[in-house]
Amino acid sequence: MNSELRGTSLREDDLRTGKAFATEWHPKIDFRFDAGIAISQFLAGLKAGQLLGRQCDACGRVVIPPRMFCELCFRRNDRWVELKHTGRINTFSVSFVNWDASRRQTPQVPAVIDIDGTNPRMGILHLLGEVGETLEEVLKNVQIGMPVEAVWKPADQREGAITDILYFRPVRGA
Amino acid sequence: MRRVAVLGAGLTRFMRRSLETGRELCWEAASAALQEADLTLADIDCVVLGTAPDAFDGVHMKGEYLLDGAGGKGKPYVRVYVGGGTGVFVVPAGWWHIASGAFNTCLIVAEEKMSSTQPHPQGAFNAIYDQFTERPLGVNLLWIFSLEMHRYMQTYGIPLETIAKVAVKNKKNAKDHPASQVAGDFTVDEIVNSEVMAYPVMRLMVSPVTDGAAAMVLASEEFARKKGGKHVWVEGVGWNLDTSYWTNRDLAYPQYVEKAARMAYKMAGITDPRKEIHVVEPYDPFAYKELHHLEGLQLADRGQAPRLLEEGFWDRDTTTGIPSSPSGGLLGVGNPIAAAGLMKAIEIYCQLSGKAGKRQIRRNAQRGLAQAWGDLMQVGTVMIMGVER
Repeated sequence: MNSELRGTSLREDDLRTGKAFATEWHPKIDFRFDAGIAISQFLAGLKAGQLLGRQCDACGRVVIPPRMFCELCFRRNDRWVELKHTGRINTFSVSFVNWDASRRQTPQVPAVIDIDGTNPRMGILHLLGEVGETLEEVLKNVQIGMPVEAVWKPADQREGAITDILYFRPVRGA
Repeated sequence: MRRVAVLGAGLTRFMRRSLETGRELCWEAASAALQEADLTLADIDCVVLGTAPDAFDGVHMKGEYLLDGAGGKGKPYVRVYVGGGTGVFVVPAGWWHIASGAFNTCLIVAEEKMSSTQPHPQGAFNAIYDQFTERPLGVNLLWIFSLEMHRYMQTYGIPLETIAKVAVKNKKNAKDHPASQVAGDFTVDEIVNSEVMAYPVMRLMVSPVTDGAAAMVLASEEFARKKGGKHVWVEGVGWNLDTSYWTNRDLAYPQYVEKAARMAYKMAGITDPRKEIHVVEPYDPFAYKELHHLEGLQLADRGQAPRLLEEGFWDRDTTTGIPSSPSGGLLGVGNPIAAAGLMKAIEIYCQLSGKAGKRQIRRNAQRGLAQAWGDLMQVGTVMIMGVER
């Protein structure tokens, strides 16, 4: 390896003061994704207040998010299965950072929720709610392995999106 | 398959923001590698380039954009990409060009210029999440790592303070690396009490945003013998991808890293990696990842890499353990994604050829391994090098 390493380190100030040159580009690119065979049905289920998985009769797995083929058996899978609206916390985080790296005062609490009725137990990404507004509160109120339940939007406000479930919250009295 | 030797390597400084464009960074690293190999571009039969998402640069067909700086004009040239795993994957990709018998020499170049993305390159990563079931939740990149880290800690009862020691070790090791961006002496308290980004990930447990490039020259045995001298050899390569349905996986254990490692061990004829690997550069974009990967690489039992860390088994000056990230890793040297992986492979080359200077490990190293990881926490890439024997 070379012993003299090259590279010219810049500071933000170098750009602000015009000491270094840069050019900017502000594209606006929009996308619309067709939801596909499996996810269209899944989203329709959410609109109707159902959580749907797919079963493969060859290996017996019941998977969520659903897909129309079993990636293990590599065959078309067999049927829709309505899952419970409950599950257990596989893992969670308490996030103070937004997508653009700006900071938030109140955290988001993303979690992987292992959904009851899947086989083997498997999860989806969602948010936890009613668990506190500070790191300390969330860590006091939430444990990995804890049972949780979905809190849905009112039926007339659902649009067929993952956000039709507002969040999952600890099952009371569990 | 033909044997493949390493003839030289080059690196730029790792910087938060470089004046140099990606092309210029590629050229600096590639020309430095050619110089060490005592070759010119005319001696190079083909070029492999590794770089992460186009979205960082706002340049589509980024491989083609970087071509001139990477020395690829008018040659068989290909860009390879497996997310964060790319930087080590360029070694297997260069290797197969030569091992197949198709070419005698290959220049491999890895580049990242992350600083172009505004306001922060993290935004470019949102598009790795599923567009139907995940993105509408308001995702950010840190989520997947904090979720995986928390599951790992919970499964094996690993304290935050132990994981912080990876950051302490690597940032200290990086003080002796000429490229390093965020080296220094830190205490466990300083790491654990740094800003909470996404619990349990604290700011000083995260590698920085970096611009930089790395390059290496590979050659066939026939070509290397004609050049003369002693060489370091690529003895094994492996790669493996798990499902993109990451929430369906066991997050406490990287199965795909194990599969990639087993592929490379088999090729290298290694049956007991804990005895036969003498130095290791596991991918460490986050402090817990180094431990997670050491277990996947079969260098520690599941959940035991943290205990070995406490015992000093992974320290650079160990005489009985396996030095891990003697370079200082991504946590200390910096993380220009693809270039960071190749920097790790270059460190193994430097350690095996006795060129690591102040970073030279105390054990006599005959064999070393570098590994990278990425995409939706689903890819393992591995390369093993050995000394002349």
